[in-house]
Amino acid sequence: MSGTMNITLKVWRQAGPTAPGGFEEYKAPGISPDMSFLEMLDVVNERLIEGGKDPIAFDHDCREGICGMCGLMINGSAHGPSKLTTTCQLHMRSFKDGDYITIEPWRAKAFPVLRDLVVDRGPLDRIIQAGGFVSVATGSPQDANALPIGKLEADEAMDAAACIGCGACVAACPNASVSLFTAAKISHLGLLPQGQPERYRRALHMVAQMDLEGFGGCTLFGECMEACPKGISIDFIKRMHGDYIWGAVTEKPEKVALGSG
Amino acid sequence: MKLDSKVPSGPVKDMWDKHRFEMKLVNPANKRKYHVIVVGSGLAGASAAASMSELGYNVSCFAYQDSPRRAHSIAAQGGINAAKNYRNDGDSIHRLFYDTVKGGDFRAREANVYRLAQVSVNIIDQCVAQGVPFAREYGGLLANRSFGGAQVSRTFYARGQTGQQLLLGAYQALEKEIARGGVKMYNRHEMLELVLVDGVARGIITRDMVTGAVEAHVADAVVLGTGGYGNVFYLSTNAKGCNVTATYRAYKKGAAFGNPCFTQIHPTCIPVAGDHQSKLTLMSESLRNDGRVWVPKRKEDCGKKPSEIAEEDRDYYLERKYPSFGNLSPRDISSRAAKEACDDGRGVGPGGRGVYLDFADAIKRLGAKEISERYGNLFEMYQRITDEDPYQVPMRIYPAVHYTMGGLWVDYNLMSTIPGLHVIGEANFSDHGANRLGASALMQGLADGYFVLPYTIGHYLASNKFEKVTADHPEFQAALEAVKTRTTRLLGVKGKRTVDSFHRELGKIMWEKCGMARNAAGLKQAIQEIPSLREEFWKNVNVPGSGGELNQSLEKAGRVADFMEFAELMCIDALHREESCGGHFREEYQEEGEAKRNDDQFCYVAAWEYAGDGQAPVLHKEPLEFENVHLATRSYK
Repeated sequence: MSGTMNITLKVWRQAGPTAPGGFEEYKAPGISPDMSFLEMLDVVNERLIEGGKDPIAFDHDCREGICGMCGLMINGSAHGPSKLTTTCQLHMRSFKDGDYITIEPWRAKAFPVLRDLVVDRGPLDRIIQAGGFVSVATGSPQDANALPIGKLEADEAMDAAACIGCGACVAACPNASVSLFTAAKISHLGLLPQGQPERYRRALHMVAQMDLEGFGGCTLFGECMEACPKGISIDFIKRMHGDYIWGAVTEKPEKVALGSG
Repeated sequence: MKLDSKVPSGPVKDMWDKHRFEMKLVNPANKRKYHVIVVGSGLAGASAAASMSELGYNVSCFAYQDSPRRAHSIAAQGGINAAKNYRNDGDSIHRLFYDTVKGGDFRAREANVYRLAQVSVNIIDQCVAQGVPFAREYGGLLANRSFGGAQVSRTFYARGQTGQQLLLGAYQALEKEIARGGVKMYNRHEMLELVLVDGVARGIITRDMVTGAVEAHVADAVVLGTGGYGNVFYLSTNAKGCNVTATYRAYKKGAAFGNPCFTQIHPTCIPVAGDHQSKLTLMSESLRNDGRVWVPKRKEDCGKKPSEIAEEDRDYYLERKYPSFGNLSPRDISSRAAKEACDDGRGVGPGGRGVYLDFADAIKRLGAKEISERYGNLFEMYQRITDEDPYQVPMRIYPAVHYTMGGLWVDYNLMSTIPGLHVIGEANFSDHGANRLGASALMQGLADGYFVLPYTIGHYLASNKFEKVTADHPEFQAALEAVKTRTTRLLGVKGKRTVDSFHRELGKIMWEKCGMARNAAGLKQAIQEIPSLREEFWKNVNVPGSGGELNQSLEKAGRVADFMEFAELMCIDALHREESCGGHFREEYQEEGEAKRNDDQFCYVAAWEYAGDGQAPVLHKEPLEFENVHLATRSYK
C-alpha cells in the first residue's frame, strides 16, 4: 500500500462510428496502486464530468474477468502488460509513478469503433450462429450419466470452452484474424462426443463465416495466445484446420427429403 | 389487487404433472403467430428465448450488453444443484425440496420449490447434451461437490466457471435459434418502459444504446429475466450494469413487488480496499469445502501476521458455533457470524473488516496440486486483486451483497399481477424465500427458462384472445413520450454532481441501514434520507452529452434514478417485517444471537402495490402454508 502515483494518459477519442477520431492527453494524478485499471478510468471520468467534459466511453460489465465485455489496447498490448489478465483485472500496481499510458480500442476492420474505446463485436456472435452449438432441443436428452466422457477429454474441452469472447486475439493479431476464438469453440464441441455428429459441418460453416466477416487469415504468429486472458492454446487452431480440411473432403451436400409422409 | 397463487390442488409431488396436463396447448402451426418478448439474456432469459423459439414461437430477445453471452449469470462460479443422487448419499427430490424450503427460512412457496427440485434433474441432462463440459471422474461420470446448507453432494460444476459454461450452453442454443430465424436479438438495447393495453402487458419501450433511438416493440406476452437489484447498494458482486429498471418500471405499471427486503449477503468476498472501489469480487462458496474460517481469539492479535498466531489462539467460529455444518453453514448465518466477529474487534486486514479463510490444513492433507486443481482460478483471481498468495497466507474475506431473493411477485405459472407479464430467474421472488442456498440460482434460472415458462406461456396464450395492436396505439405512444420526457429531464438538470456520486451515497445509506443487520430506528432514518437524496439528484445531477448517441452517463442516470425510488420500497418492506428470517436480520428480533422468526405474524409473502408517487405502497399478503416441510426453527448447530 505505497503512496499514490501520477500518470498521464493518451486516449483515443471518437464521437461516433463515422466521426474522425484522435488521441487526447489527460493527467491522472493521485492514483492508488490498488485500483483496477478501469477504476482508474472511473476516476478520470468523474474528473472529466466535473470539469464539464464528456467522459471516455469504454465497455465493461462484470469487472471480474469473465464476461468478456472489457478490452483495451494498453501501450499496444491487448488487455495490457499482465499475462492471463483482462483489462478489468489489471491493477495499477502494474504501472509506476510517472508512467505514460496509451489507450486505444481494439483495432480491426471487422470491429468498427462505435465511440471512443467501444467497438462492435457483433461478428463474434455471427460466427457462433454459423455452427457453434450442438443442435439439441430442450427436453429431448437422455440421462446425463448415460454418456461417459473421459476426464482428460472433458478437461481439454473445458480448456477451449474457457474463452470469454473478448476479442483480444483479434486485436493482438497482425492480420486481425479471429482464428483463436473460432478454433476454441470448434475444439470445445469437437472434443466432446455430443459434438461429433456436427463436427465437420460446424468447422466448415464457422470458418466460412469468419472469412465473410472480413477477418484476416491466420499465419500462426501466436500473438493471440500471448494476449488471451484465458490462455487458450494455439494448438486448437491446428485442430480447427484439421477439422476444416476433413470436412471439405468428406461433407456431402445436404439432401432434400422428398415424399416423407 | 388480488394475489392468486394458482397453486394446483393435491399432493405437492403430483402438482406439476397434473398442471402440465391441465394447461392448454397451442397448436404447433399456430405457435409462430404469437410474438413473445424476452428481456434479458442470462440463464433464465436465454434458455427461455431459445426453448420458446424451438417450440415455434416468434421471439424477440433484448440485452443491454453487446452480446447475450455477457449477462451476469456468466460470473457464477461454484456450481448448480440437482437431485440426481449420483453419489448414493441419500439425496432425493424431496431432500432438495426440503433443504431449499428450510434454507429459505420458510418464506418460499412450497409448490414452486418442489417443482424446482423436480426439474433440477432435467437441467443437468439438457446441459450435458449441449456440450457443457462439467467436471468428471476418471470413470467418465459426472463429479459432484458439496455446498453450503446441504449435507449431501449434489452440486455439479465446471471448474470455478460453472455459470459461464451453463450460460454459454444457453447462449449457443439461443444463437442457434437466432440463425434459424426464430429469435430476433436486440443487443445494446435497454428496456425503459412496459406497455399495457387494456391492463394486459403488450410490449416494451427500449432505447438503442448506440444510436439513442427510442423504440416501441409490440408482442402478445412479455417475459422479464432481468436479474436482481443488488446494485442498489452500489458495491455488490453484481456486474456494473445490473439494475432494477425493468422490474421497477413494471412495478410502477401495476406488478406487485414481492419481499424486496430479502437480499443475500455472500460470506466470501474480497474485502473493500479503498474509496475508489467500484465493485466487489466474490470468492466461490465452494472454497468453504476446504478452507477453514477463523479470526484471532484476542483483539490484540489482529495486527499480527496469521502465521504468528498459534493454533490455540485462533477462533474457528463457524466450527465452534455450528458443529454439524461448520464451515459449510448457510450464507446468511456465515455472513452474520463474520460481522459479529468484526464488530467484536477481532476482524483482520486494513480497516478490520475481514476474516481469514485458511487453506493450510487442506494443502497439508491433499497437497497444493489437488487444491490448485479444485480452486486454481479462484486463487489466481484473489492474488491478482490483493497481491497476496493464498497458497502461502490465508485469504481475507468479508461478506458482500450478492443476490436478491425478492423480486416481482409471480404465481405458479410465473406470471406477475399484470396479465401477460411473466418474470423468471432472479427477477422474480419465488423460490428462495428469505435466503438462497449456494448453487441454487443457476438451477432456478434454468428451471424457469427451459422447463417451466415454455409450458406456462403456452397456457396463457391459448387461454386468451389478443386483439391486433400496433405501435401506433395510444398506450405505446404515451409510453414513448414518457421515456423521451424522462431522458430530456435527466439531461436537462445540468447540476454539479456526477451520477456515480449519488449512487455511492445511496449505497452507503442502504448498506448501513438496510444491509446485513437492520433495526427500526435505522430504517426510519433511511426512509427520511432517501427522498431528500432523490430530490437533490433531480436538482443537482450532471448528465453530460445528449440522448441521441452512445451515452453511458445517461444510461447510468436512468438506472440510479430508479434505484433511488426502489431503495425506499426496500426499507419500507424491511421496516414492516418485524422478525428476523434468512437474509433479513432485524436486531430487535433475536435469541442468543440467532435470528428469531415470527411465524404467527409474518408467515407470508409481502407483495407491494404501487399507489402513485409520494404515496405509501399498499401491502398485500400471500399467506404461506407448509404442509410438507413443517415450520421449525432453522438450526445448523
